[in-house]
Amino acid sequence: MGIPSIERSSLAPDIHNSPANVNNFCIIVATVNGTGSQTANSCLVKACFRMGIPVSGKNIFPSNIEGLPTWYHIRLSDEGYTARRDTTEVLVALNKDTAAQDIAGVASGGVVILPTEWKYPQERADLTYYTLPVAQMAKDSGADTPKLRRQVANMVYVGALVELLGIEIGEIERALTEHFNGKRKPIDLNFGIVKAAAEYTRQNLPKRDTFRVERINKTAGKILIEGNDAGALGAIFGGFTVAAWYPITPSTSLVDNLSEYAKELRVDPDTGAHNYAILQAEDEIAALGTVVGAGWAGARAMTSTSGPGISLMTEYTGLAYFAEIPCVIWDIQRMGPSTGLPTRTSQGDILMAYYLGHGDTRHVLLLPANMQECFEFGWRSFDLAERLQTPVFVMSDLDLGMNLWMSEPLAYPDQPMDRGKVLSAEDLQRLGGFHRYEDDDGTGVGPRTIPGTDTPLAAYFTRGSGHNAQAKYTERADEWEANLQRLARKHAYARTIVPRPVLDEAPDAEIGIISYGSNEPGIIEARAMLAARGVKTSYLRLRALPTTRELSEFVARYPRLYVVENNFDGQMRRILQSEEPAAAARMQSICHCDGLPLTGRWIANTLLELEQRGGQE
Amino acid sequence: MAVQELPTVNSVGLTRQEYQGNPSTLCSGCGHNTISAAIVATAYEIALRPTQVIKMSGIGCSSKTPAYFLNGAHGFNGLHGRMPSAATGALLANHTLKAIGISGDGDTGSIGLGQFKHLIRRNVPMVYIVENNGVYGLTKGQFSATADLDQRLKYAGLNELPPIDLCLEALVADCGFVARSFAGDRRQVEALLKAALSHRGTAVIDIISPCVTFNDNDDSTKSYAWGRQHEEVVSEFSFIPTRTEITVDYPEGAAVDVDMPDGSVVRLRKLDNNYDPTDRYAAMRLIEDAHQKQEFITGLLYIDEKRQSLQEIEHLPGEPLAHLDEKTLRPSREALAKLMDGMK
Repeated sequence: MGIPSIERSSLAPDIHNSPANVNNFCIIVATVNGTGSQTANSCLVKACFRMGIPVSGKNIFPSNIEGLPTWYHIRLSDEGYTARRDTTEVLVALNKDTAAQDIAGVASGGVVILPTEWKYPQERADLTYYTLPVAQMAKDSGADTPKLRRQVANMVYVGALVELLGIEIGEIERALTEHFNGKRKPIDLNFGIVKAAAEYTRQNLPKRDTFRVERINKTAGKILIEGNDAGALGAIFGGFTVAAWYPITPSTSLVDNLSEYAKELRVDPDTGAHNYAILQAEDEIAALGTVVGAGWAGARAMTSTSGPGISLMTEYTGLAYFAEIPCVIWDIQRMGPSTGLPTRTSQGDILMAYYLGHGDTRHVLLLPANMQECFEFGWRSFDLAERLQTPVFVMSDLDLGMNLWMSEPLAYPDQPMDRGKVLSAEDLQRLGGFHRYEDDDGTGVGPRTIPGTDTPLAAYFTRGSGHNAQAKYTERADEWEANLQRLARKHAYARTIVPRPVLDEAPDAEIGIISYGSNEPGIIEARAMLAARGVKTSYLRLRALPTTRELSEFVARYPRLYVVENNFDGQMRRILQSEEPAAAARMQSICHCDGLPLTGRWIANTLLELEQRGGQE
Repeated sequence: MAVQELPTVNSVGLTRQEYQGNPSTLCSGCGHNTISAAIVATAYEIALRPTQVIKMSGIGCSSKTPAYFLNGAHGFNGLHGRMPSAATGALLANHTLKAIGISGDGDTGSIGLGQFKHLIRRNVPMVYIVENNGVYGLTKGQFSATADLDQRLKYAGLNELPPIDLCLEALVADCGFVARSFAGDRRQVEALLKAALSHRGTAVIDIISPCVTFNDNDDSTKSYAWGRQHEEVVSEFSFIPTRTEITVDYPEGAAVDVDMPDGSVVRLRKLDNNYDPTDRYAAMRLIEDAHQKQEFITGLLYIDEKRQSLQEIEHLPGEPLAHLDEKTLRPSREALAKLMDGMK
């Protein structure tokens, strides 16, 4: 396959457990983008999911509209693993340009499905080849334009896989019916080809491999969802009222989903009025400016962007931090620096986001690792932003945001909205006034008022320039410093209310793994692989910055600490080393950055290699 | 027995004092101070409630001035050139607030030109005042993008670039209220403010406001002397709070009434029969011609009450979004359960 695979460790023995051939293998569909293969791929994922087989789908796609190579990974795992794997057993090769590499990447004993019309040499004796007349079948389908024929050609491989692997054709029909919202014509056209291809396979391609699926019961009650879908729902249930944004991959679908859900759930049925506003700004500066203005005026305001957008939002983030205005910023991380690889994943914005702004700024970052958390942090971020009166970042990434994940159903918010310390006109009349930036309870958070509050006691001047506790302009050294000290107290208070880390500790383990976000599936698998070899590990998954007490206790317990992340420099390790200086020397990086999610095997091998080097880097 | 004189109050029961701000820290004689005073006087006269006003600004001398008027209103001093986006957000959160934005020629004409144009494009309901002096004051005398071609300044030297005309930019962006005035003509500034505060969308008032420290040479088009000598008022108008109060009639063809959404009327008297302030192309031509002839035209250059404003485009409810409660904002448990069923 044409994707650079993560190098295997040369020192560590290969501990990859080769999958059994039933409900436990990988399918890769190699195709050309812009040909409509997503419909076919999502139908395959859904069909397997509904056959009760744990499944995950990953789209490895180019930053392009049409004509460049794209790969879709479908992993079936009866053990429930959802991490990316760097080998594949079943290849559907529909892109001639990458076919040689794609075929070279198939594991020995694997399967290759090719268009007959390529007359492609079948050179590897250790693989089983099947060919189908893809072009002819598309032509015979009744699709009347070249574009439509190109699209429906994808259904040929769906039909072939149905027959070869034993995917239930009824589940394919159901998925297609949902995909086309019950519209008969496209359903009939597409399903017609699926049936024809299945029939062709039955007649002409006797099964010569051992891979197959069979119905089990391991997905009951679960849902399939993308992170940008779960995040959008989180914002809806978090009571967002204003969203401003600028299109950027891979964050765009979050706002697209938000718009769809808002139309469904937030339009007043009697008046048709929108109980929300979503504004496409002229750039990310204006997007965050709008959000900050809205947050200041009492809205639950949010934006969604990716690395380059975060760069443009730097100055308004600094203002919101210093003027203490609540807002929520989703960063669906992609590969940088600069334009980078806009359609590939990474965790490369952690350092930038944590300290974003000039002067001394430290922010609250939420680190979702799964669909439940994309949803939960979607609503909880507003509570934290308003409680702390500060920007809150939700650091998702392309892998979480744009891929299909199995999940338990999203859990309804378990607490009412927290609007923070807001004084009403009645409060102000009773108190006789207020000091906007006065720490009245040791949290570092002062009371605020919302513009329009109907008493002259409410007004104050919001500014990014020097201000004292009364929100008056000041250039006095002592007042400036006092303000920074209060902001530091607020950061310390944030430590006590952000989501706590998730811990999974093994008795007698000497290795502590620390990670966050979308590395979770890879780490789960890596730990199982290591445990199978007798290597015990404990695991702390960070769910937020700033760090909490649990981290301090965890790092004190383990002689060897590995911080696993998907970036080049080990950005989280740097932050943790400064947060936990006593443990800094014991923290090693397991980091990698090639645009793809980390695999369990790579994590396990790298950890073993580092262990064999005696914990020395 | 001494009778204590009661302070005069306006129709919402507030004294003029209650519209004041902090003392100005700008240079004595700065045109901006006159504009702040005009805002105080106008707000008192038309009985704005300061608690329902937001004062928005960017960065620069002009952007400091919201601290010098209407202390009873919330103020927001944002980023350089980025006030329009913050104002847009604030008005999405609460479209019932009256927004007065104060910017300068650097804040609007250079760093903020993009946000200025997009603010107008969205027709965000606010008064947008540019205190235009053609020079950067806080950084000590650089040319701004509205400075005159071939102008010479003590430190900055010769300006070899043509000026950006902010009224023309507003017109091109389809602004429904475009006016130019002169800080030395306070009566006109106040009249324009009254009309602008009744406009349903973005109202731009570009006010030439001399910088007495860096750009008040008599040959500068942003100076007091030049303004006084060259000001040509192209449209005079009366602001009539409600239509029923119209008492003065003008001869047929000499006046144009524009109905404002709040029931008030702007009655324009045409001084030049060839000029129609409801004709956008005429307004553009007027500005271009004035440039050619080196004339300084002031007055309401263009008015159009037909464009939808932001809150209409966004279908906002009557109740401000900022006031909606959890019951309205958080869908039910059942709604989530139904969505989950669809994903199984």
